[in-house]
Amino acid sequence: MAKPASENRRAQRLLFEALQAPEKLPALPPADWELLLRVARRNRLLGRLQSDLEQANLLGQIPPRAAAHLRASHNVIAHRQTLISWEVNRLLWALKGIDVPLILLKGTGYLLAGLPPARGRIFADLDLLVPEDRLGEIEERLVERGWFKTDIDPYDDRYYRVWMHEIPPLRHRERGTEIDIHHRLLPKTSHLKSDPAPLFAAARPLADPRLRVLAPADMVLHALVHLFLEGDPDEGLRLRDLVDVHDLLCHHGQEPGFWAGLALRARELGFQRPLFYGLHHAQRLFGTPIPPEVLRGLADAAPAWPIRGLMDRLIHLALLPEHPDYPSRLAALARWLIYVRAHWLRMPPGLLARHLSRKAWLRFRGFRKRIDLAQLDLKQQ
Amino acid sequence: MIVGDLSRRELADRLAGEGLALQFGPFNLRIRSNLGSFASLAHQLYEPYPLPEPAAISDFHVDISAPRGLRRWLRRQACFGIDGQLPFAPYTIEHAFPALEWGINWCVATRAHHLLLLHSAAVERNGRAIVFPASPGDGKSTLCTALIHSGWRLLSDEFGIVRPEDGMLLPIPRLIPLKNQSIEVIRKFRPEAIIGPSFLETRKGTVAHVRPPVESIRRAQEPARPRWLVFPRWVAGAPFTLEAMPKSQAFLSVATNAFNYEVLDEIAFRLVTEMVRSCDAYSLVYSDLDDAVNALDKLSQASDG
Repeated sequence: MAKPASENRRAQRLLFEALQAPEKLPALPPADWELLLRVARRNRLLGRLQSDLEQANLLGQIPPRAAAHLRASHNVIAHRQTLISWEVNRLLWALKGIDVPLILLKGTGYLLAGLPPARGRIFADLDLLVPEDRLGEIEERLVERGWFKTDIDPYDDRYYRVWMHEIPPLRHRERGTEIDIHHRLLPKTSHLKSDPAPLFAAARPLADPRLRVLAPADMVLHALVHLFLEGDPDEGLRLRDLVDVHDLLCHHGQEPGFWAGLALRARELGFQRPLFYGLHHAQRLFGTPIPPEVLRGLADAAPAWPIRGLMDRLIHLALLPEHPDYPSRLAALARWLIYVRAHWLRMPPGLLARHLSRKAWLRFRGFRKRIDLAQLDLKQQ
Repeated sequence: MIVGDLSRRELADRLAGEGLALQFGPFNLRIRSNLGSFASLAHQLYEPYPLPEPAAISDFHVDISAPRGLRRWLRRQACFGIDGQLPFAPYTIEHAFPALEWGINWCVATRAHHLLLLHSAAVERNGRAIVFPASPGDGKSTLCTALIHSGWRLLSDEFGIVRPEDGMLLPIPRLIPLKNQSIEVIRKFRPEAIIGPSFLETRKGTVAHVRPPVESIRRAQEPARPRWLVFPRWVAGAPFTLEAMPKSQAFLSVATNAFNYEVLDEIAFRLVTEMVRSCDAYSLVYSDLDDAVNALDKLSQASDG
């Protein structure tokens, strides 16, 4: 086998074995640790490894240099969790007097509801789902109380407001944290229907009655929709998001009626295909315990044979971690195709062509998102 | 084994192949580059730096290379990469060396959150260290360079690295990037200082790197106990002053100066409290390096008493 291929396999094997059997990590040779740390970092799973090893009381039995990276990641995650919890506190303060249900999505929801995926997970922004007819009121109040609309160009603003499922992010003036306010799970232009009303009806309250999280089945479905339809051409399908799904399934799968309800709910919301792909790949990569009858029941949600084989291969390639020094062209192609497919499902062809050509032009113009290194004061990091 | 034990050719082969493994204080780096100009500079300026044990884990995998594809032929550029990703806009190829040096600092600042990272220079003599927390433009690098060519050991120019276990300062004696007028000031002050080529018109003006004395690099694994906190400020033509600073003010200044005080939370509070408690704090205003070096020598000798 050529070296790049064998090195990529080694990177994948190291990460999956570490996730499935952290108790074997103390026996890992230093060269393997080095690669594992790099791959886990790229896939945002360093904190997860730290948490697994801490639970098994094994942090003292791994090479000190590896332990240092894990401790650094732990410190950052603990800090981000504090920031996000505080941000939720400030949000409730800012919206005092506005009687509206606030559904916390993704990481924020896992954290505030104390769910397993929050363990060792890095948090970026605060994600909210609110009723569309209350958006104006909420945005206006937040702007009055210290948040501001981030400076985006008119195209992007229009892109958000007219076609998307969220409004442009709001950022706090002093804290710098961002709030993403959604009013549905998928863009308005999406082929998949995404009526948010049933989500609000089923949402579960948290300790503060104004805060909710999605019902268990909806939470799994949202994590999958997010995984498969909000891709990034460079990052591919985020393995971290599938780990969330695995954790949610292991956790909620214990509740009676969860599995029977999950497939039904997927059909109701029009998300049976993301569920089919998600369950299939979670089981394949993490050995998620899924009752066989659930998979059999979803067989009709699979696409016809040639497409199914192709999608299976593409999703697998786009999910698998890569060796940072040996990027694979095939995996890059898979990631790009999955990205185009996600956009295809997000918007009609004419709009898609316009949108992607604009993005391609920005990419060609070059390094748009990259920061000018010397302009950054190291202290600001 | 040190970089100087490798021939120029061996070093270039490593940079272009599996990477050159280097030890900078607490961190092991693996550096790759396909630029011949970079290999020459690395051979010269990294010469006394140690190579880690062959089986040691590398902490950061960095790369400074010409971009792939069309861009390579359009403009002669160098991209800084970490773990196969390019987080920053490309540089002109002439600035590859300062870009890599800056990129390595960026790695430390954004990733080493298992340690408290102060934005400060630090030097040591007779087992006692001075920490110089400062903002850009305060003349911390210039003062630090002057001191390490006057009998002090370099712990660090950019990062005051505090170990959470015992509050000791971990040395990271990297090259010191002098900017603009500081380069001439140091050439005059210590003509024997080893200074690399001047890089003109970088995004920070003219930059030249001072190679720390070999002794500082050789003792990079020997931590030091902080004894003084000195907040320096260079002011053109100002009379020299060294004034005691109240501990409360020193605490606030150190805490707000740290790169990751918030990230380390309670650990950081404990470390900074302990450091301020065990150090004498001063604010220093200087325009002449000799004044500053003499005053700090006296401070140290009084303590040797």
